[in-house]
Order: sequence, then C-alpha cells, then structure tokens
Amino acid sequence: MAKSRMDLHYEIPADDFARAGEASSSVKKILVQLGIDPVRIKKAAISMYEAEINAVIHGGGGNAEVTIDADKIVIRIIDSGPGIEDLELAMQEGYTTATDEIREMGFGAGMGLPNMKRYADELDIQTEKGKGTVVTIVVYFHQQG
Amino acid sequence: MKVAELAARLGARILTGENGTDREIKGVYCCDLLSWVMSHADKGSAWITVHTHMNIVAVAVLAELSCIILPEGIDAEEATIRKAAEENIPILSTGHTAYEICCIAHDCGI
Repeated sequence: MAKSRMDLHYEIPADDFARAGEASSSVKKILVQLGIDPVRIKKAAISMYEAEINAVIHGGGGNAEVTIDADKIVIRIIDSGPGIEDLELAMQEGYTTATDEIREMGFGAGMGLPNMKRYADELDIQTEKGKGTVVTIVVYFHQQG
Repeated sequence: MKVAELAARLGARILTGENGTDREIKGVYCCDLLSWVMSHADKGSAWITVHTHMNIVAVAVLAELSCIILPEGIDAEEATIRKAAEENIPILSTGHTAYEICCIAHDCGI
C-alpha cells in the first residue's frame, strides 16, 4: 500500500443484533482488498467484532472510527453506555454481565474482552461509570520486533 | 468436498440457493458460543450450530467458514437466509443431529 491513509466511520446501532457485526465485516473486506496478510486480518476482524458486539449489548450502541495506514489499523469503538464497573474482573475469561436472553443467542460467554486482548497487538480501554467506554485496538500488518 | 456434495450426503435442504455451494469444506466445527467459534474454528470449516439469527452470518464471514449446517430440522429466519445468500455462505438444514452430521462428514473423508 502507498502512503495513503484511510479513515472509516461506522454507526453501531443499539440492541440491533441483525446489524451487529456489519462494521467489522466491512472493515475485513477492505483489508482483504488491500492485500493485508490474512493472519493480521483475522486479528483485526475478531477483536473489532468483539468490541462491536459489546457496544451493541452493553454500550447502548455507539460509533466505530477506523484508521488504516501502510503499517497498521487503529480501531476505536466508542459508546456512551454505563461503563465497565470492574475492568479487571471483566478481563477474566468466563466473567459476564450479559442477560440470559443474550446468552441464549450465543453471546455473553465472557470471552469478548479476553478475545480482544488475545488478538489485538495493542488494546486500550478507557471506561467511566455512567459515561461510557472507548476501546482502542491496534493491529500491525507486519510482525513487530 | 464441496458444500453441495455434503448437502446431498446429509439429505439436507440448502436454504440459500446456489450461492456458495461450490465452496470447499475443509473441516467441521460444532459449537454454539459465537466468540468461541470465531476464535477457534479453522478457515473453510462447515459450522454446525442451533442458532438461526443473523449474526451467525457475520461469524461465518469473519471466520471464513465454508457453510452453516443447522441440525435436527431447524429452519433459519428469512433475514438470515437473505443475508447469507448475499455473503455467499450456504445454510444447510438437515434432520440429522450434530453428532450424526459429524459422522457422515467423517465418512465422506472430511
């Protein structure tokens, strides 16, 4: 890819499971078109999908701001939801605050944040009770160090 | 084996029409936790799930799965079928249980 930089913006609708995952699917297609290494695409797509689903389920919807340049993708998922009460607990695999209804749909297994941590090269979570959460995911297109 | 061939061996209905039925099945994955499927299923797998909502299509696209198989005669929602056809992800519905599907796929050399 040349020096070009691509900025993408998506709205994440609240409680709309039909459309949940559309932003990450769209970003994945763009990365495929750009000829990015499939392993890197998988990392970006999974971590973005998890963040997107979290915004739908817990955050009351929000926005995705994505920047792609020659060597990395930066994904910011911003919601104005209730915030994460105990981030350390939320990072533990299997811990969930999802309702039974959500769990019956196959979500809410307590794997969202752990999956993001596993697949993102860099993960930053800023959360404030009553104000919302901003998740920033960075995936590099080439092996770092 | 192609999706269309496995569908025939399973006696499955292909809900999504012709789209994607020539995709190659490279394995079978059976799980209903979406996050788990996305991070563990191998590319090209046929995915057995009881979920029928539209998000199974997003998971299949993101994980690059070859098709979705609904066991025990489960039908998918109309919107799910439409979306899957659009994304070239065939959805198969068969009367077999998940276990039987795995056995048949194994007998087919998958």
